[in-house]
Amino acid sequence: MSNNSFSRRGVLKTGMVASAGLALPQYLRAQESGFTNAPGASEVILGFNVPQTGPYADEGADELRAYELAVEHLNGEGDGGMLGTFSSQALEGAGILGRRVGYVTGDTQTKSDAARASARSMIEKDGAIMITGGSSSGVAVAVQALCQEAGIIFMAGLTHSNDTTGKDKRANGFRHFFNSYMSGAALAPVLQAAYGSDRKAYHLTADYNWGYTTEEAVRTSTEAMGWETVNTVLTPLTQTDFSSYIAPVLNSGADVLVLNHYGGNMVNSLTNAVQFGLREAQANGKNFEIVVPLYSRLMARGAGSAVAGIFGSTNWHWSLQDAGSQAFVRSFGTKYGFPPSQAAHTCYVQTLLYADAVTRAGSFNPCAVVEALEDFEFDGLGNGPTLYRGEDHQCFKDVLVVKGKENPENEFDLLEIVEITPVAQVTYPADHPQFAGGALGTCNPGA
Amino acid sequence: MLGLEKKDFQLLLIVIGLTLFAPFLLNPFPEGSDLAQFNAGYPDLMQRFVIFGIFAIGFNILFGLTGYLSFGHAAFLGAGSYGAVWMFKLLSMNVLPAIAISVVIAGLFSLLIGYVSLRRSGIYFSILTLAFAQMSFALAYSVLTPITGGETGLQLALSDPRIFGAAQTATGNIPVPALFGLEMRSSFEWNVGAWLFTFNAGYYLAAFFMIIAFYISIRIFRSPFGMMLRAIKSNQTRMSYTGLNARPYTLAAFVISGMYAGLAGGLMASMDPLAGAERMQWTASGEVVLMTILGGAGTLIGPVLGAGMIKYFENIFSKINETILHGWFAFLPDGLEDVVVAMIYPFIGKGWHLTLGIMFMLVVIFLPGGLVQGGQKIGALFSRKKAEETKPNATEPAE
Amino acid sequence: MDQFILQILNGLDKGSAYALIALGLTLIFGTLGVVNFAHGALFMLGAFVAVTMSNLLTLSHKVVDETRTDFLGNPLQVDVPYLYDFFGQAAGDTIIDWAVPISILVAIPIMVGIGFAMERGLIKYFYKRPHADQILVTFGLAIVIQEIVKYFYGANPIPTPAPEAFVGSFDFGVVLGFDPNAIIYPYWRLVYFFFSVVVIGAVFAFLQFTTFGMVVRAGMADRETVGILGIDIDKRFTIMFGIAAAVAGLAGVMYAPINSPNYHMGMDFLVLSFVVVVVGGMGSLPGAVAAGFMLGILESFASMSAVIDLLPGINQIIIYLVAIIILLTRPRGLMGRKGVMEE
Repeated sequence: MSNNSFSRRGVLKTGMVASAGLALPQYLRAQESGFTNAPGASEVILGFNVPQTGPYADEGADELRAYELAVEHLNGEGDGGMLGTFSSQALEGAGILGRRVGYVTGDTQTKSDAARASARSMIEKDGAIMITGGSSSGVAVAVQALCQEAGIIFMAGLTHSNDTTGKDKRANGFRHFFNSYMSGAALAPVLQAAYGSDRKAYHLTADYNWGYTTEEAVRTSTEAMGWETVNTVLTPLTQTDFSSYIAPVLNSGADVLVLNHYGGNMVNSLTNAVQFGLREAQANGKNFEIVVPLYSRLMARGAGSAVAGIFGSTNWHWSLQDAGSQAFVRSFGTKYGFPPSQAAHTCYVQTLLYADAVTRAGSFNPCAVVEALEDFEFDGLGNGPTLYRGEDHQCFKDVLVVKGKENPENEFDLLEIVEITPVAQVTYPADHPQFAGGALGTCNPGA
Repeated sequence: MLGLEKKDFQLLLIVIGLTLFAPFLLNPFPEGSDLAQFNAGYPDLMQRFVIFGIFAIGFNILFGLTGYLSFGHAAFLGAGSYGAVWMFKLLSMNVLPAIAISVVIAGLFSLLIGYVSLRRSGIYFSILTLAFAQMSFALAYSVLTPITGGETGLQLALSDPRIFGAAQTATGNIPVPALFGLEMRSSFEWNVGAWLFTFNAGYYLAAFFMIIAFYISIRIFRSPFGMMLRAIKSNQTRMSYTGLNARPYTLAAFVISGMYAGLAGGLMASMDPLAGAERMQWTASGEVVLMTILGGAGTLIGPVLGAGMIKYFENIFSKINETILHGWFAFLPDGLEDVVVAMIYPFIGKGWHLTLGIMFMLVVIFLPGGLVQGGQKIGALFSRKKAEETKPNATEPAE
Repeated sequence: MDQFILQILNGLDKGSAYALIALGLTLIFGTLGVVNFAHGALFMLGAFVAVTMSNLLTLSHKVVDETRTDFLGNPLQVDVPYLYDFFGQAAGDTIIDWAVPISILVAIPIMVGIGFAMERGLIKYFYKRPHADQILVTFGLAIVIQEIVKYFYGANPIPTPAPEAFVGSFDFGVVLGFDPNAIIYPYWRLVYFFFSVVVIGAVFAFLQFTTFGMVVRAGMADRETVGILGIDIDKRFTIMFGIAAAVAGLAGVMYAPINSPNYHMGMDFLVLSFVVVVVGGMGSLPGAVAAGFMLGILESFASMSAVIDLLPGINQIIIYLVAIIILLTRPRGLMGRKGVMEE
């Protein structure tokens, strides 16, 4: 009676076993296909689990737009988007393995409990074969563990913490988004070129896992090129006014402030730092500088003109000129009237990558999908040549270093790309100490 | 029967019946039909109904009887689930030790917080409990990360010791919580025509605990101890003039309700082995307050109804998206369809909070006694003549 | 030393927001005996008055600029505010720049109106109901208000900058004889502090020196007796609710440039302001103000890195820790009166 848990209503909806009074133990039926939620002959259900309420609701809404677009393209509707530029030409716009793609949506509320409840309902009630989405690492890690248990593939959305493919990695989980280590490795050379190697940094760090890994990554990379870390201060997640953390910075002997904050924290701490005049200030005979390791364009809008001239890193940006990005921006922009965010991009790409892996494997069986994704090399999805590394299920690709624009032309034109850091520079060995302590385990097909 | 009056025994039987047949009652719509969206008979939500039911029943023992409004009960639920997950990590995947330890930990934790907080009453008590819970949340999310897992929650790992059980399964995966080999997530499915009913092992275990919890709560409500608690609510000053010290009674009620919360936390971790810090946040404490008031504070069955209602909204309404709406109203002419969808859309999917807020207001404005009073009103409509002679007994508010 | 002065400044600044919100909350507690969980939402609405004002001022029509293209390669449509058409670009920009101060004037009538509507339409039916019911209905109302704002403005924060004239910092250090840059403080935050002192002073003066205020204070102390004397206390309480709403709203308008407003900023402040009110003592206006400033200053001290190094996590819990200590040593908070909200 092992692993006989999660139902497979996808099958039942179409190939109804309709005989009243017939009681068929679940594990018997599960054995027919050999994995959880095997789809029926005509339709396959994907689960899009994004924050729809709470502070990340707008980011979640953008992710959902990208998912809807991806489903359209997979089903052969619309202009096909990145299907045309994707190096693997397995997908033809005829659904996945001949089945029409359907989807269900849920609300993670950016809470791990709610996200798991929502994911479980997709698996148990709607028969979803794959779960994707999320806008924070806490949620990504929690849902990834759930999918491992249930025997479902999890394609992570926006999650930047090292832990997702580090100490909390799982065989059934895959991340396309970049991570804290990559941010640090990509930023350091650019910062050195712009600000020199004799700098004293002051870190303000969000007091939770993601903050810790980001601070560690940025600190290690900047210290390696000669910067000195003057002080690191942890700030509570629930903090809204950062004045008391910002105020002492200018007199601390530091000449760079690193804000390891995301979302609302980032908007407020950056706004406050600029209010205190840090950007115009002088320290140690140099111009005082601010760095934001992880930029989100959607959120940066909230900081308004405060982002101007401030360096950070991002996974993708709509102004990229490669064919894949252009195709995606064109179909997204035509449908919704504004350019997609990096969260939308990673979610769209993850859906395509999953569909492609299923098609290449010729099976929806999670273990076959895992095998098809591991060490898969592809191109044409907006980040240049990319590798899905088999050892930790992390994508390795170029990382964008960006800077807030001084004179944005419109509300979307907030960031300019300073440098595209080549993938070699952000690659690390799978046993790197910042990623230590986890094990993938083996793929779990569920049934 | 079982030391209960006839009315109470009937209520207990009704609750037992409802929980046993929940897989049927919650899945009234055929599989694949448009209305199947409203089916709630899948394991996760059924488990949540009874677990939050236990939480709310326990909360009601404190709030409904003594009137002490605690804004920190989620801390006990959180502490209970951390305890349970640690048991899974260290001992084995059997749920019984995990549930036992969660009740014990929550009991001790509530003894500590209750002892301090009950030195004050009224809103001062509420703020003390709130402060303790918020401190627990803040520390669990940040400084205590090595013990609690912080942002990503406390999870099982392949490298856990699990000294009385296998660290990993034969296939190299993390084992799942089970009761002597019966996995909590294993289900039995039954097809009846177009309907599909799911009978889940974890749900029935949780339901078993809820029935016990409900029975104990009836006994407490009807006992001299319960009478004493009510006396505290109605007039504490008068009680102290009669020479009785109210503190031991309120503290006992506080610890009992804390243990209920711990039981709920332990069950939650048993159904889904992860414990996150958000469980302790003030919003989670507020949720159980809302459940209790919404259902009818001081009534026996009210809190369970309130818990069910809120969890139903959270899990069912949030999943209805625009595409589904268009599917429902596809029979309308195109223009009209868009108008209807545009009118409904703000209230479902990402707007489910709005519907919840409106419902809170409507219930409290029109049904001061909560959902239970609504049930009584409907009942009275059907048997207007009888209503005079048989006053509802078991579901009468405590005051 | 300079660090201490700096953190006291920070504390006064934080405290002024706490005090303003707590003041309105305790006015409603004290006068009406209502636990108002929607008070945070009033603060948020105030901030969105500023957002709406700047949206209204930048109301634009599209002009196609053939020389530039948008992200899809189509000709760029440039937004031109109507104000430019009326006043020319320079004057138009100045008016837009001053959106926040302008919205203060607008916010007072709007917030008073919202307060009246809330009290007459909903709250007055809950005077005799248990506090639990009041909590449920006002919490429901807070969610509804939040969600409506979210529906129209989205979930992300919206930048609402202060006028150009207030950008930058004042260097206290130089005035006090320290090194330059040792103690700097942004102008707008100083404005916020003085503004809150004025508002708090005005509310106290109103209650202390007017007949109206005298009656309200009497009503707070003993509502029944005042009613027996034939004074229509209900009407005055409605007005008090309007004033409390206006105070919360003004706190919100002025806060908009400090942190970009979002729809849940009220909830973020709600728990904190309840703690402030209770620490100050239920129904005590000076208590609420004192507690607001005190907790603000303590929070600022706890955020100093020397303190965090000594006691890790202290900045996470300081407010709650102080609340517990005060409530255990002073049963009714700093200045609470006996018998208010204790049953």
